[in-house]
Formats: sequence, C-alpha cells, structure tokens
Amino acid sequence: MTTLALTGSPLWYASRASGTLALVLLTATVVLGIASGGRAAPRRIGRFEIGLLHRDLSLLTLVFLAVHVVTAVLDPFVHLGWAVSVVPFGASYRPLWLGLGTAALDLLLAVLLTSALRLRLGVRRWKAVHWLAYAAWPLALFHGVGTGTDTRLPLQLWLYAGCLASVVGAVWWRLAKAGPGRVTGRLVAAMAATAVPVVLSAFLAGGPLQPGWAQRAATTAALLGGGR
Amino acid sequence: MSSSATAPFAPHHLAPGPGDAADARLLAGWYATGQPATLADHLGRHGPPPVTAVAGGRTSPPLVEAVEAAGLTGRGGAGFPTVRKLRAVAGRRGRAVVVVNAMESEPASRKDRFLLAVAPHLVLDGAVLAAIATGADTVHVCLPRDRSDQYRQLSAALEERRRARLDPVRLRLHALPHTYVSSESTSLVRWLNGGPARPQGSPPRTHERGVARRPTLVHNAETLAHLALIARHGPDWFRQAGTPDEPGTTLVTVSGAVAAPGVLEVALGTPLTTLLGRAGGPTEPLRAVLLGGFAGTWLPDAHTHTPLTRRDLAPLGAVPGAGVLVALPHTACGPTETARMLAYLAAHSARQCGPCRLGLPAVAEDFTALAAGRADPDLLSRLHCRTGLLPDRGACRHPDGAARLAASALRVFADDVDRHLTHGGCPATHRPPRIPVPPATPPETWR
Amino acid sequence: MTRTRTLRIDRITCTGRGLCAELLPELIDLDEWGYPVLKDRAVPDHLRTHARRAVAACPRLALHADRGRP
Repeated sequence: MTTLALTGSPLWYASRASGTLALVLLTATVVLGIASGGRAAPRRIGRFEIGLLHRDLSLLTLVFLAVHVVTAVLDPFVHLGWAVSVVPFGASYRPLWLGLGTAALDLLLAVLLTSALRLRLGVRRWKAVHWLAYAAWPLALFHGVGTGTDTRLPLQLWLYAGCLASVVGAVWWRLAKAGPGRVTGRLVAAMAATAVPVVLSAFLAGGPLQPGWAQRAATTAALLGGGR
Repeated sequence: MSSSATAPFAPHHLAPGPGDAADARLLAGWYATGQPATLADHLGRHGPPPVTAVAGGRTSPPLVEAVEAAGLTGRGGAGFPTVRKLRAVAGRRGRAVVVVNAMESEPASRKDRFLLAVAPHLVLDGAVLAAIATGADTVHVCLPRDRSDQYRQLSAALEERRRARLDPVRLRLHALPHTYVSSESTSLVRWLNGGPARPQGSPPRTHERGVARRPTLVHNAETLAHLALIARHGPDWFRQAGTPDEPGTTLVTVSGAVAAPGVLEVALGTPLTTLLGRAGGPTEPLRAVLLGGFAGTWLPDAHTHTPLTRRDLAPLGAVPGAGVLVALPHTACGPTETARMLAYLAAHSARQCGPCRLGLPAVAEDFTALAAGRADPDLLSRLHCRTGLLPDRGACRHPDGAARLAASALRVFADDVDRHLTHGGCPATHRPPRIPVPPATPPETWR
Repeated sequence: MTRTRTLRIDRITCTGRGLCAELLPELIDLDEWGYPVLKDRAVPDHLRTHARRAVAACPRLALHADRGRP
C-alpha cells in the first residue's frame, strides 16, 4: 500500500499534499458558512469575526488549490496540460475523477468572482451563485476519493471521515437551531446531508477500497468518452 | 348611492354634509344636482379638458407651471408638493407612466371612493392631463379589489370616454388586493410589475424606475381632480381658497360622534370645530378627535380650534393626513379604541422589515394588555421605548403611522392610561367600541 | 467635492444578523430583536473606514454608505 504512494516526483507529493489541505480548508470554510448562516449567535466571539474567518479560510483554500493545480499540471508523470485546470472531464488521466475536481474549482472561482463584486451585484444574484459552494464541496470530496492515490491510507480515510462528519454535523446543528418556516429548503438540506455520506461509503466500499481501482479509475475514461 | 354602502366595514352611511357648499369645487356638481356626474354632465359643467398644450419640446409645459404657482400638495396623506413629482417624472428620459392611486386603504376614509362615485371624470381628466404634461402614454387606475361596484362604475366611465374619443392616452383599470399598505405608491408599482402589492424600499425611486422600469408618476385620486381644475381655471383661482402657504380645498371624511357623518369639501385652514359643525356637530361631549386616520394623531378636545393646515398642526405632532376626522365622545375608552386600531395595523403589516414584523405587533400586544387591564409594572416604559423605535425604520411609513397613533394615545389619554394601569380599566372600558375597525387578520393575498 | 457618507439600511433585505453593530457601535445600535437602530446617519470622517468594513461585513448586503449628506 505504501509503495503505491511512494512513487513519483516531488511535484506529485506537493500536489497531493496541497490537494488534501485544500479539502480540509474548504471543509472548514463550508462548516463556518453553514453554522453562521442561522440565527444562533456565537457566545465568546463576534459574528463579524466568524465572517472574516470564513472569508480568510476560503482565500487560503484557493491558494492551496492553485498550488495543487499547478504542481499537478507540471508533474511529468501524468501529462495533464493547462486546459485540464479549467475544462472538466477532458483529461487523459482518470478523466471523470479529475473532472470532478476541475468542476469544483470552476464553481469556487465563480463564487470568488461574485463575492468580490457582491456590492455591485446585489444580494440576490450574489447568494444565488454562492450556493454553488455547497455543490463544490462534495465534488471536491469525490474528486479526492475517486482519484484515489492516497485513499487507501488509513490516515487519509480518517481525514475524509472527519470532513464528512463536520459538514453533516454543521447542517444538522443549523437545522436544529432554526425556527419554523422554509420546510422545503430544510428537507432538501437534511436529505443532502444524509445522502452524501451514504453514497460516499457505498462508493468507497465498491470502488477505491477494492483491489484494482487504479485500472478501473482509468477505464471510466472509456465509459465517459463513449457517453460524449 | 354612496359607494360606502358597499364598504364591508361601514356601519354608518356616509353622505356629504348638507347645505353649506360655498367651498365646494370637486363636489360642486354633486351639491348642485345630487347626482353622480356622467361624461355629458361633466363636460357641460367644466368643458373639455384643456389638452391643447401637448406640443413643445423639453420646456416645462404650462400645466406644470400652473400647478407650481397654485401650490398644490398631495392629498393622499404625505402632502408632498405635486409639482416636484411632475417635474421629476417629466425630466427623465423614456416614456412615463401615470398611476392613479384610488386604493384608499385607510379604514376611516371615504373621500376618494366618494369623489370617484360622484365626479369620476374630474379624476380621470386630471390623470390624462398629468400624463400629457409628463409625456406618459398610459394611465393605470388602481382600485381595491373588494369594491366591485366601484370597479363597474369606473369601467363604465372609461367606456364613455373611449366612445367620445376624449383621451390621447391609454387608460387601464386595475383591481388590487386591499390591504392597509397596498395603497403605498411603491406597492402599486410592484403589483403593476407583476409582484405582490407590498411596499418596496427605495432607491430606485418610483419616478426614476417604476412600472415597466419607466419613470412613473403616482398620485392620489383627489390630487388629480384638483389638478384638472387648476388646468381649467388657473392657479389664482385655486388660491382663492385656503391659506397662502397651503392653498386650495381638501376633502375630509368626518365620522364618529357627529350628527351627520360624511365627506366634506373644505378650504385648508378651516378650524376642526367648524368641520365638526358642518358634519352636524357633536352628538355628545367629545373627549378627543382622531386626525389623519389610523396612522394619525389623537388631539384632545381642547385643540379642536386648530386650523386644518400642516403648519398649525405640526406643533401638536399632527398632520392632516388623508383628511380623516373621527370624533371620540367622553363615554368612549381611548386606550381600547387605540388598541383595536393598532391590532389591525399590526395584522396588516407587509411583514417585510424586522421593526414592523416584530416591533409593531409587540406594541399592539402591549396596548391590548393595557386596554384590558392586564398591564405588568414594566409595560408603560416598555411601550414608550418600543413605540419610539418604530419610526423611520421601515421600507414604508407604516410603522411611523402606527407609532404616531400609539404615542399620541399615551399622551392624550394619559389619565385613562393611568387608571388602566392602577385599576385595570376605566368606566368606559366595557362599553361597546365606537370606532369601526376592520378585523385584525392578516391579508389573504398580496397578489 | 464632498466625501461625506450617509448610512442607509435596506430594511426589507436586513434580517437582523447584527454584524454592523459589532463593527460600528458608534453609529449603530440593535433593538431587542437584533435589528439595527441608526443613531446617526452621517458618517464622521474618523469612522469612515469602520463604516466601510461594516458595509462589507453585512451578510445580506443590506447596509449601504451612500455618497452625500442625508
């Protein structure tokens, strides 16, 4: 198992490390966003501090994402090319699982851009795009799990479990603290928060944790290529 | 025949006061004939609307100049100078739109309904003339949905005009949901744009971007009727009535403990006692009068000599509002009447802004507890504090009006309030209420 | 050229989250339900940066610092 992870250039290590860190930071950003959106106020610190932390963590996420993408593209082993960093599902290497990461990056860039311009866009348009951040997080998670270089490391599995638990926990906490109204939105949030861990566990058990995933991850290219 | 006969909350039949028609302008035809004016009656009395002044580029049309010289102010409650709105809309690019606000959501007011019933063409003339002066091609007439006979009457009047080919602009009639705040000008614009009839915060202001994103002129029905007469007779004629600062006549709905409640036309500056006298005089000794409607001010009986002008009423914290005067007799309980009105106002909040959604119902509940003699020791200070936090904190002036009513009640009925706090009520508390208040239930629909 | 700023709250958009009062307590109070009460609409020069931060921090973008006097 360890030999699998110890092949490749320093760039490859840097890419994996920064990717994992970006996922952790994104998780923290999403958790703060979910938790601070409700009516409950923090006791010790100001709401504005949580808001600033949310902003700073998101910017840090993007810094590590940039490192992750640049190192992956520069790495000679996989020959990705720069187009892969913005155009999803076009890679020669594990196109589906890499594509999920590219899609997540695109969504986060849209969120970044609209947040920078939010005073001009108005709250409705800004929030509409900001919801995409919720889609980016599971995409990033499945990208990490599915690309799967480190998925079978116990530490990495614990990390994924931690990310999952914090986001699901934040959703449930917010739902528990919320007042009446907006039943549909809450049901959707509760169902999504339940569905993601279930789907992820099933996927892990059937995919990356089984032997021979490296070959199968590559063959999803054929599946997807056939579909297009 | 008055349209008030169909109003759901009108226990008293409102007809204009008898006789004394010296001041009458808008209602002159009604006083002369006692009949609603058909188009033929209207044209016979006033002649065709002077629409000749259509030509001319961007220079100010003569009508705008005349309205400025006349000093006409809005009769819908805010009292804003009419010419400023006309100028603002006329000065913008793009085809303008004129909206006639005949919603009259104030429960104690009958004047727009009455005016539209007896002299509909005067209002429509004014709307058309304002449209021409501002370069508008469409006039939207907004009526409340629950007055179907008014709608029928007015569509007949519009049909008459269409057949006579009188108007160079399009006139369209609309029936809007009837709530207290749906008469706010931004509510009308929002509804006409396909939204709910709820107030919209500004900017952009209605005159900048209103119906279909076009510059929009919203005027009360009575204001436009005055404008139609100014266009015919000129500003000097208009200034023959009223005071130099606040010229002209105004319609007032007098109700409560008077012998002949109804809609009167009086010169601005007429003392309130004269108004009560023209409505037949008080039927019993008066405690106070409510001026301006549910969003108005209680004035003690001692102040009824005050002339009906903004300038004279300002030191008393009152405004003429939409011309509502309710006489409250000594045998009535001021706090109870106020609590019922506040409960209605709270129920009719558009529930958009925090202070109105939470603060206004809290004030209404406190007042209800006070009226019922269930006051806790902190109630009065809490009530003062919450009432003070309502004004200027909403997208519209609804919370401001409710706060004005509550604060003036605490001031004028201070003795009663004291008795309610210490003895749980006053002798009048258990008598039936005197002011008709619509049920305090939230509106069924905003669309 | 005037650089005076005037605070304005979009009352319909505001949901009473209260970040503005944390960042600009000199000009903004909260009522008992957490909705802002403007103590003074005009922003004095020495508070301009704080006002800008408060505007940027509003999660509903309901606080505005408009150019010009009230």
